Amino acid sequence: MADKTPRGRARRTLWWLTGLIVVLTAILGVGIATQQAQWAPKLALDLEGGTQMVLAPEVAGGQQVTQEQLDQAVEIIRQRVDGSGVAEAEIATQGGSNVVVSLPGVPEAETRALIQASANMEFRPVITMGPFEPVPADQRTPVKDFPEPSAEPQNGSDPNWVTPELAAEFEAYDCAAQMNNPDRKEFPADGPSIACQPGDEESGQPGVKYLLGPVEVQGTDIAGADFGLVNTATGVSTNQWAVNLSFNGEGADAFREVTQRLTPYQEGDPRKQFAIVLDGTVVSAPQSNAVITDGRAQITGNFTEQSAAALAEQLKYGALPISFTIESEQQISATLGEDQLRLGLIAGLIGLALVAAYSFFQYRVLGLVTIASLVVTGLLTYLAIVLLGWSDNYRLSLAGIAGLIVAIGLTADSFIVYFERIKDELRAGRSLPEAVEYGWSRAKRTITASKAVNLLAAVVLYFVAVGNVRGFAFTLGLTAIADLVVVFMFTHPVMQLLAHTRFFGGGHRMSGLDPSLLGREPLYQGAGKVRQFRPSPEATSSKKARRSAKEADRRQTIAERRRAEQMSGVGSQAAGATTPADRTEEQK
Amino acid sequence: MSALAQWGNRLYTGKTSYPFVGKWKLWFAIALVLLVVAGGLTLARGGFNLGIDFRGGSEFTVSSVQSTDVAAGERAVSEAVPEAEATVTNIAPGTMRIQTDELDDDQTLAVGQNLQQAYGVGEDRVTSTYIGPTWGEAVSQQMVIGLIVFLVLVTVLMAIYFRTWKMSLAAVIGLFYVVALTAGIYGATGFEVTPSAIIGFLTILSYALYDTVVVFDKIRENTEHNLEETTRTFGENVNLAINQTLVRSINTSVVGILPVGSILFIGAFLLGAGTLRDIALAIFVGIIVGTLATIFIQAPLYALLRRGEDRIAANDARVLERRAAGEGAPVGTDTVPA
Repeated sequence: MADKTPRGRARRTLWWLTGLIVVLTAILGVGIATQQAQWAPKLALDLEGGTQMVLAPEVAGGQQVTQEQLDQAVEIIRQRVDGSGVAEAEIATQGGSNVVVSLPGVPEAETRALIQASANMEFRPVITMGPFEPVPADQRTPVKDFPEPSAEPQNGSDPNWVTPELAAEFEAYDCAAQMNNPDRKEFPADGPSIACQPGDEESGQPGVKYLLGPVEVQGTDIAGADFGLVNTATGVSTNQWAVNLSFNGEGADAFREVTQRLTPYQEGDPRKQFAIVLDGTVVSAPQSNAVITDGRAQITGNFTEQSAAALAEQLKYGALPISFTIESEQQISATLGEDQLRLGLIAGLIGLALVAAYSFFQYRVLGLVTIASLVVTGLLTYLAIVLLGWSDNYRLSLAGIAGLIVAIGLTADSFIVYFERIKDELRAGRSLPEAVEYGWSRAKRTITASKAVNLLAAVVLYFVAVGNVRGFAFTLGLTAIADLVVVFMFTHPVMQLLAHTRFFGGGHRMSGLDPSLLGREPLYQGAGKVRQFRPSPEATSSKKARRSAKEADRRQTIAERRRAEQMSGVGSQAAGATTPADRTEEQK
Repeated sequence: MSALAQWGNRLYTGKTSYPFVGKWKLWFAIALVLLVVAGGLTLARGGFNLGIDFRGGSEFTVSSVQSTDVAAGERAVSEAVPEAEATVTNIAPGTMRIQTDELDDDQTLAVGQNLQQAYGVGEDRVTSTYIGPTWGEAVSQQMVIGLIVFLVLVTVLMAIYFRTWKMSLAAVIGLFYVVALTAGIYGATGFEVTPSAIIGFLTILSYALYDTVVVFDKIRENTEHNLEETTRTFGENVNLAINQTLVRSINTSVVGILPVGSILFIGAFLLGAGTLRDIALAIFVGIIVGTLATIFIQAPLYALLRRGEDRIAANDARVLERRAAGEGAPVGTDTVPA
C-alpha cells in the first residue's frame, strides 16, 4: 500500500524525478551510441565561427510577403545553397518576415549572390530533348556537320532556332555538372536555351535534357496555382492528382497562343511539350493536350499528392519572385567564438559560486538545498538542450548562454520565496513539518504565477524576435520550465524529508531554521496551553511599551489567526517541534 | 545573519515597519525627480547613444592584437577605402573595434586584410559585421510588437490570477516607469543602445513583473479578509505585506544581481562591448530599478487605487475610529474586538 504521509509522497516524487532524469539520459545515451547525438550541446555560429546573414524579402511592386511565400523562398534558398556545395548551411525564417542564413566559414561572392537573387520562373516551348548525360567527347558530332538553319525562326517551337553551335553545345551539355554550377551559363529570354530536369528517384523517372525556345510566358503572369484530384466530365473524382494553374490576362493570352501552336503536334513529338523553368532548372514539362483560352490550365501526369503539392508551391512562388536584401551580416572567427564561450562559461560559474555563497550566508545549511536544486535544474536544462539539439537542431548561442546565466538568479528566487514562506509559518509557531506543508501550499501559488509571467515573456520574445533575441528567450523559457519541475519535484520533497531530520526539525543553529533566530514560540504547547504573551523585562517597565507589544501580538492577520485556531484543534500532532523526540508521524 | 533574521522577524510581526504606503507622496516625488533628471540629461546629451545596429554600417573586431594603436586601424581602413570614415576603439584588453560606413563585399574583404596586417593577427582573429540601414528599424519594430503583445497578455493573466484589474493596472504602470527610468539611465550615462541591450530591456519587463507578482501575492493574501479587518486599514495591510516580503525582495535582487554582475564584469573587462556585456548591463540596471519600483511605486499605487472604494473606505474609517477610541481606553483593558 502506498505511503500516504508527506514523507511517503516526497519519496515517490523524488523517485519520479530520478526516473525522468534517467529516461532522458537513456534517450540521449541511445542517440550517442547510434552516433546521432553528442554529449556537448550544439553551438550557434557566434560561438562556433561562421557567417550569419539576416535577409529581408523584397517583392517587386512592394507587395506583402505571406508566410507561405517566405517558406517557399527558404526552400529555394536552401536548394541553391546546397547546390553550391556549402555543407551544413542552415536557413530559417524568423519573426515572420526575415530569413536567417547561417553558413560555416566565409561564403564566396557567388554563394552570396545566389542567396539574394530572386527566383526566375519562365515558360519555354520544347524544341528537342535528349538524355541527361552528355554524349561522350569522342562520339560528338563536329560542329560543321550540324545543318545550318534554313530560315529565320517563325515561332518559339521552330527548329530554325538551333544553330550548329547550339546543337553541339546541347550534345556536350553535362546536366549533372551544370545543375550544381552556380556560374552556369545564363540564356537570354528572347533566344533558345538548354535546361535540365533532374530525375525523380521515387517514381524512377530519368533526368531529361531539353533544348528550349525563347520565353513565351513569364512566371509573374501566373495568377495562382493549387492541386487536387482530377474530376471527370461527370464530376466523379478520380485517383489522379493534378496541378491547376491560372494566368492573369496577359498570361492567358500568351498561354492561349502557345497551346494553339503546341496542341496540333503529334503525340510523341517533343514540340508538343512546354517546359516550366525555375532558376534555369526544368521543374515540369507537360504536353499541351488542349487549347487553353481562359487562362486556366490543368497539368496531369504521374503526380503523387506530395509532388503535385510541391509543383503547385513552386508555381505560386514563381508568380511572385522575391529577392532579398542583406539586413545584417556577421562573420565571426572561430577563435573569437571560442573565447566568448570560455569567458561566458567562466562568468556563469562565478555567478553560480556567488549565488551559492550568498545562499549559504543567508540560509546556512538550508542554502545547500538551493545549491542542490540549482544543480538539478542545470542538469535538466542541459539534457533538454542536448536533446533538442539532436531532435530539432537547437544550437546554443552566446545570447542563449546569457539567458542561462540570468536564469540562475530567477531560479534561485523560487527557493527564496519558498524558504521565506516556511520561515513565516515557523514564526507563526508551527512545527517544521507543518511549516513546510503550509508554506508550500502558499508558496507554490506565488511561484507558479510568477513563473507564468516569466514563461509568457519568453514565449512572446521568442515568437516576435529576430536574430539573437530568440536564443536568449529560448533558454529563459526553458529554465523557467525546468525551475518549476525542480521546485515541485525536488526542492519541496527534499524539504519534506529534511523537516523530519533532527538537524533541521530540531532547529540546529546552522540549519537556517533556528527557532530562536525566528523569534518563534510554539503557538500551541499541548495540554490546552495556548501561547501567552510574555512581555520582555524591559517592556513591563513601560506601559506604553507593553501596549505596543500587545499590538504586535495582535498583528496577525485574520487568516493567520484562523489557521492557528484550526491548528489547535488538530491536537498534539501540532505541537511545537522544539523537542524532536516527541514528534509523531503526521497523517494528513 | 542573526541580526538580519531578527530584523526579518520584526518586519514580519510589524514591530519594525517602513512606511512604503504612508509616505507615498515622498516616494512618488523622488521617482518623478529621478525620471526628470534622467530625461533631462538624455536630452542634454542629444538623445540615446545608438549602436551601429541602429545606424547601419560595417564593424570589425580584431582580437589578440599586438598593439592597440588606434592610428593603425584608421590607416588600414583609409588605405582600402579612402572615402570611408573609421572610428577605432580599444574596447577590451587586446581587442580593437573598428566601425565604418557601410562597405560592400570587396571593401569588407580589403579592410579585413589590411587590419590583419596592421595588428599582426591571422585571419581567424578578425570578425566583421555588416548592418544594413533598415535592420535597426526591423529590430525596433519587432520589439514594439513584442512589448504590446506581452503587456496585453500579462495584464489579462494578472487580472485573472489576482481577480482585480487594479493590481494589473498598478503593476503595468509601474512597469512603464521601470522601462522609462532604465531607458533614462541609458540615455543619461550614454551607454550604447544595441539589440542586445534591447534584449536586456525586454527581460527587465519580465523580471520586474515577476518581482511584483511575488509581492502582490502577499498583498492579496493579507488583504483577502480586509473587510473583516479591525486593526489595520487597507493601506496598512498593504504596507505590512511589503515589509513582510522585504527580506525576500532583498535576497532575490542580490541573487539576481550576482550572476548578472559576473557576466557584466567578464563582459566589460575581458570581452569588451558585445552581446554579453550589453544584455548584462541592461538587466543589472533593470533589476535594481525593478525591485525598488515594486516596493516604492507599484505596491503603494495599488493601495491608492483601492482605498477609494466605498467598502474599503468605510472599513478603514471604522478601523481608525476604533483605534482612536482604543488609544483613549485605560491600559489593561483589552482592545481585542468582538
